[in-house]
Amino acid sequence: MKLYHITNNREGAIALSDIPVVEYLDLYNDLKERMSDVRYHIGHYFATEIENGLRFFLILLDDLGSEVLVTSFIPDYYSEGLASLTAVHPQFHPFEREMHELYGIPFDSHPWLKPLRFSHDRRDKNSTMDSYPFYSIEGDELHEVNVGPIHAGIIEPGAFRFICDGEQVLHLEIALGYQHRGVEGEMVRTDNRLRQTLIAESIAGDTAIGHTTAYAEIIEKFSGVEISKELSLERMIALELERIAMHLADTGALATDIGFQLYQVACEALRTVTINSTQAWCGNRFGKSLIRPLGTNHPLTKAKAELIAKNIADVRCRYNELREDILESPTLLARFEQCGLVPKSEMERIGGVGQAARASGLLRDLRFTHPSGYYAEMTHRPIIKQEGDVMSRLATRLDEVIQSAEYVEKLLASFSPSKAMPLPNYNSDLKGEALAFSLVEGWRGEICHAAITNSEGRIVKYKVKDPSVHNWLGLAIAVRSEGISDFPINNKSFNLSYCGHDL
Amino acid sequence: MVAIALSITGVINRTRALLAGRKGIRFFQHIYNAHLLLRKGAVYSTTTTALFRIAPTVYLGSAMLALLFIPVANLEPMLSFHGDIILVAYLLALSRTAIILAAMDTGSSFEGMGAAREALYGALVEPALMMGMATLALFCGYSSFAEIFSTAQELNMNLTIVLLLVAYVFFIVMVIEAGRVPVDDPKTHLELTMIHEVMCLDYSGVDMGMIHIAGWFKNAIFATIAANAVAVAISFNWWFATPLAVLATGITIGFMESLRARNKLSRNITYILTIVAMAALVLLTGFLLIQNIEI
Repeated sequence: MKLYHITNNREGAIALSDIPVVEYLDLYNDLKERMSDVRYHIGHYFATEIENGLRFFLILLDDLGSEVLVTSFIPDYYSEGLASLTAVHPQFHPFEREMHELYGIPFDSHPWLKPLRFSHDRRDKNSTMDSYPFYSIEGDELHEVNVGPIHAGIIEPGAFRFICDGEQVLHLEIALGYQHRGVEGEMVRTDNRLRQTLIAESIAGDTAIGHTTAYAEIIEKFSGVEISKELSLERMIALELERIAMHLADTGALATDIGFQLYQVACEALRTVTINSTQAWCGNRFGKSLIRPLGTNHPLTKAKAELIAKNIADVRCRYNELREDILESPTLLARFEQCGLVPKSEMERIGGVGQAARASGLLRDLRFTHPSGYYAEMTHRPIIKQEGDVMSRLATRLDEVIQSAEYVEKLLASFSPSKAMPLPNYNSDLKGEALAFSLVEGWRGEICHAAITNSEGRIVKYKVKDPSVHNWLGLAIAVRSEGISDFPINNKSFNLSYCGHDL
Repeated sequence: MVAIALSITGVINRTRALLAGRKGIRFFQHIYNAHLLLRKGAVYSTTTTALFRIAPTVYLGSAMLALLFIPVANLEPMLSFHGDIILVAYLLALSRTAIILAAMDTGSSFEGMGAAREALYGALVEPALMMGMATLALFCGYSSFAEIFSTAQELNMNLTIVLLLVAYVFFIVMVIEAGRVPVDDPKTHLELTMIHEVMCLDYSGVDMGMIHIAGWFKNAIFATIAANAVAVAISFNWWFATPLAVLATGITIGFMESLRARNKLSRNITYILTIVAMAALVLLTGFLLIQNIEI
């Protein structure tokens, strides 16, 4: 029996009838084997309401074959529970926890079905933040340190509970959900696609371009339209600009946390140049309003392209000096090297993605494995580091900024403005009874959106997955057995999103 | 002395700002801030006791009292008697004890961690302080700051190098005591990495102001002792020692905070022990030199 519908990141929407409905046990047995192979990792896994029951959809990525495997299953309404995949492959944990939280599905032998984000439409309304089942260890020698959920500074809320032996962290548990806004619900509550676009822009403020690109791709796939090469080129430049800006910000933030003022101010200055270039392009420093489905309101003109190219060349040049300095700074290396190790095997098990996974030697880069848009036109070489410590997470950033800047410069050097750039279209007809997904490599990692339409071509289910969903566990693993005072630099080296996780 | 205390923070801030390519805040901004704090009331956590309220007073009081024993080169200190170097050391220890107890009193896990770190570093740095003072006392055969520095200028120039090393020891002791980079980072906002700052998290208003002022005084004590040791070797006049104390410490700390990273917290212990070892070596060298001279 066919278990999967095989497609890839460039194909259009898939009719729901084309997606096989399989027996869970068959799927479970297959996944148990299949997911042991590092070439596969989970893209998305969610359930949606159908008449008298739920239909589960699973999107798997095959990194080696650049294929995407889609399947579904419909368990009996009163089935006694599904065997948990998390128990075998921990990378399933956020997805199974989410479905348990939303629909009360019992996953048998799941190691720990604690709530994921306390969404408004969760099944058990008695389960609240105050009753979060924190892990605890008894012992006279141990003490617990609770950080948050209110952040002392300006960033978002999240509760971190450390169990420490003196200065050494034995265990860190991260409880999120304080930022839950009901993004997925809002997306289907309105048919106004401009409004949907604006919601997509606000999924995670630091990844506005990444998430909006993912949304735009969904609409384009449902509409059955392939956007022009010029438009996908502009989107790629926007994505790379976002990557440069955020990696610069993180380099600076890491320097701040070790009290290294010089690198901090240097990075802040460079980041300003970068985001101001984005502002010169579209009027917003974070690229809001830049990405729109099926067209753009801000086509690149010759003058804008030259300005961006000039600024980015300048940033690259100055950042390169900084980069060489950083790599030779003994006090900085003493702090970052061998700190917060996440070995490749652990990264694989938890399904780590993006820049953090690449720092641990795991090739997870959609630009290379599942290219879409303009990335399919070029050969991207992912930057991989092996150590998996704070330094290699910094080093991937250092190198990726240079690489992205080179891409932007190269593409803009041969850029000629296209005369007929389409305007955004918010009213295209969407294919009915279909599922579409989009995979975009944001600066933090793999963004996966998935949507389902009903027979009238209306989006009835919209699921968002920010890379942070995978990587938060990576942070918890990184700080184990580290000094508690090294938590901040580990946290910054991952720089995960709270609102992208909480939705 | 008070002028030294008030200026050092200003010099540090200005150096940092210039190195960051900024114009920087007003030179006396920290004094305005403290003035503002002193005019405010204080908010107390419901879990604290009287201990918590007394601590800032003890902290400031002992720092001020200690300050009175310190001469600035040829300027006589306000108070002086035999053995006052021991008293100064214990006054500083008293101030530390007060703030550690207050931090424990809040029952906060952050402040408990800060207190543990402060107690550890305090205990480790004390031998360096004592041996530095012992070296000075050894040279002069006196045990009060005023007498030490007034007789020290007649010493053999062979001892100059030892005096410079003593100055260095006192400078590092100041960095540790004042919680500056690389041991602590007063600018950080991360509670988990703080040492001194985290112990004051629950203080506000007038108490906070007192803690700030006491911090400046403690800085000034060490900076002045270090500057005195250098001044003895070069030019024993207050108009030389005062600017030296302010500028040398201020600019050096400003540079260190801009151009290097903090230590990993576990490395701090090694860092402090290095200074203790150095102080011991200085004491030994000084002792040998004295012996030679007498023979």
